[in-house]
Amino acid sequence: MTRDFDLLIIGAGPAGMAAALAAAPSGARIALIDDNPAPGGQIWRDGVQAQLPAGARRYRQALAAATNVQLFHSTRVVAVAGPRQLLLEDEAGAWRARYAKLILCTGARELLLPFPGWTLTGVTGAGGLQALIKGGVPVAGERLVVAGSGPLLLASAASAKKAGARLQCIAEQAPLAALTSFALQLPRWPGKLLQAAQLFDHQYRADSHVLAALGSERLEGVRLSQGGKIREIPCERLACGFGLIPNTQLGQALGCRIADQAIAVDDWQACSRDGHYAAGECTGFGGSELALVEGAIAGHAAVGEQDQVRALWPQRRRWQAFADQLARRFALAPRLRQLAAADTLVCRCEDVSYGEIAGRSDWVDAKLHSRCGMGACQGRVCGGAAEFLFGWPAPAPRTPLSPARIDSLVQLAEANEAD
Amino acid sequence: MIELSLNGQALQVADGYTVAAALCLGGDGNSRTSVGGQRRAPLCGMGVCQECRVSIDGQRRLACQTLCRPGMRVETRA
Repeated sequence: MTRDFDLLIIGAGPAGMAAALAAAPSGARIALIDDNPAPGGQIWRDGVQAQLPAGARRYRQALAAATNVQLFHSTRVVAVAGPRQLLLEDEAGAWRARYAKLILCTGARELLLPFPGWTLTGVTGAGGLQALIKGGVPVAGERLVVAGSGPLLLASAASAKKAGARLQCIAEQAPLAALTSFALQLPRWPGKLLQAAQLFDHQYRADSHVLAALGSERLEGVRLSQGGKIREIPCERLACGFGLIPNTQLGQALGCRIADQAIAVDDWQACSRDGHYAAGECTGFGGSELALVEGAIAGHAAVGEQDQVRALWPQRRRWQAFADQLARRFALAPRLRQLAAADTLVCRCEDVSYGEIAGRSDWVDAKLHSRCGMGACQGRVCGGAAEFLFGWPAPAPRTPLSPARIDSLVQLAEANEAD
Repeated sequence: MIELSLNGQALQVADGYTVAAALCLGGDGNSRTSVGGQRRAPLCGMGVCQECRVSIDGQRRLACQTLCRPGMRVETRA
């Protein structure tokens, strides 16, 4: 089956929702594709234990009311199936979407760095734990350590506490001086200052990072370095994430230029490929406010509304300045490259250890000798880690872009033959 | 309430829970066994890492992005 759209938007987080709503009044036939059961992306992820902010509810209601916007949830992109054509897969099977214009709003994933014990049950990403809790994972009564870097640590800790977890510590790797500088800048964005004040927790520790997750079958405790001192904390959960990395795979597969690990865009949120746009975290980490304004710009630009785009430029500059502060103040310390031991697994799909790849010259060399990055996640986890650990540029994406059913691949092969 | 089975055991969960939540509510939270024999549980929570893949009615699916449905048969042994 093939469906035709004037505008195809991949990702229904804040950027994708804003793009769809900006483009909708033009009357264009718009499709919004997302692999989750509900729109919202990560920050506005819905679920049994989620409390959606008013803004998120407004966007969802407006989307539901826009009759020319079709939402395809639980649907993922399998491959680029031809010129301006993607192969998608949902629960029922595969189908093709043909488009005139495309907006990539593929978001970001957490940077997960390997450390001893990180494969134990009970260890998750920081945003990962927040997402799992929203979906109903119970944490009531469990002792929790949150570690890594970035404002997401505070948000994740707050969600877990609300769900009944007993927070033991938030270990932020950034030094106190950087955090103080960041806090002093916050009055420039009053909403962010208020948010920080609401989320702040007295267990928050600067200059601290995880050394090891302890336990045999599942997590029993965490060893931290806290201001240079070793501290062990018994706990049932460790939520650890080191910031966000843009999801560029689909952009790369479409031939869009990548710069600084993100999809490169111009003032109109246009990519290097004609008719293709990108907005939100896949163009560089910046938070939901920046994603919303970038999404709106991309939506207007894609339907040719240049005046509306120009009107949004000041707003984008304001939030880009916030994003720049985030990137600067939460820059990762080089000592985090030393967390993994020789037998620590880096590739969790193929169970490849740090020692097996540490001496390799680049990603391809590591892959050929160890199968690192050749498993189900296709290097999305270990590729991000290796980029930080060894400076190896991210592996080029391969088809299928996500694990797919045989039927879907047969469809893809038939499409290629027909061409 | 929704009734499903997890590794052959009946399990009831309220409407709207993910399969990842069901793994905790009805089992030890684990989703799969790694190629090296370790038991693994959901990690990224957002459909990226593939650690939470389970068998649902014979098809490989991600527990973190799948909502529980009546009669679902979820297996975590593979």
